[in-house]
Amino acid sequence: MELRRSVKQLYKTLIFMGREYPKGGKYFRDRCHAVFVKNKDIDDPDKIKQMIAQGEYVVKELEALYRLKKYRTLRKRYYDTETFEETIIKNIRKFDAE
Amino acid sequence: MARVLVGVKRVVDYAVKIRVKPDKSGVVTDGVKHSMNPFDEIAVEEAIRLKEKKFASEVVAVTCGPTQNQETLRTALAMGADRGIHVEIPAADYPKVGPLHVSKILAKLAQKEEAGLIIVGKQAIDDDCNQTAQMTASFLDWPQGTFASELKLEGDKLTVVREIDGGLETIELKMPAVVSADLRLNEPRYATLPNIMKAKKKKVDKLSPSDLGVEIATNIEVLEVSDPPVRDAGMKVENTEELISKLKEAGLV
Repeated sequence: MELRRSVKQLYKTLIFMGREYPKGGKYFRDRCHAVFVKNKDIDDPDKIKQMIAQGEYVVKELEALYRLKKYRTLRKRYYDTETFEETIIKNIRKFDAE
Repeated sequence: MARVLVGVKRVVDYAVKIRVKPDKSGVVTDGVKHSMNPFDEIAVEEAIRLKEKKFASEVVAVTCGPTQNQETLRTALAMGADRGIHVEIPAADYPKVGPLHVSKILAKLAQKEEAGLIIVGKQAIDDDCNQTAQMTASFLDWPQGTFASELKLEGDKLTVVREIDGGLETIELKMPAVVSADLRLNEPRYATLPNIMKAKKKKVDKLSPSDLGVEIATNIEVLEVSDPPVRDAGMKVENTEELISKLKEAGLV
């Protein structure tokens, strides 16, 4: 029963966060829903725990995605120079390409 | 330990494509997604971190605007602010409100709440005024650390690393002070669903500008709001000769 609550909580959190998904809340909700439905018959508690952990990882990834997207948009809008970090990354890419 | 006041503004979301009203009186805001000004999120985050590091006793979020501003305040509370103050301004009067009024309100509230530090975003992404922190500091006659990209508090000494043209400047301020947050100050946390629910229980005081003795009147008249000029499409050239001839044609070389 405890697991059932965690799964529901995870689903709610994902749907809540999916509203801001770049491709739209509906796109995210449909896919998220499909995954939950696909796995609805799994009854091994360990397997369920593992999948919850995976879902929580997706939540973290979404947070990071939104943060980065916002940061990059603002930087492009308000700051025309690249950061030190970006210069390094660019140089590494260039080096790799060569 | 100081009480920290953070100013939060409700603006059209950063990801929304802005449209100008056909009568050129402003931009379309009805039915458009709004959220907290991203620079204010950074300010809220910094205030919460100060509290977590036991440098601040309480974080109070302040917003000025119509009823919908409650959502913005709620986001600040969900992030971790302790309580909120909503200075309610009717939607009809809101277009008249500018940084001057907001800074007067913030200054009055700072005195009323006995705040030791005010943190605001350096500017709002809708009007891009970049004036609120500066004017608040002068109303209170407090020192200001604008465009902060690093903040350190020791006793009543505040060290601020500022982003300036071509580099960074480090200044020391004596508290109480006003700080405005720049983009690289921190990475704001996400207001999670359970925290938003919990935030509904946090205390929000409602005030009107007249409660604080601030009059909403403006000397500024908006003549016209228009789209930026559209950039013409470019063209591809096959070789250098063609490039030079095109440049000559355009009279650029």
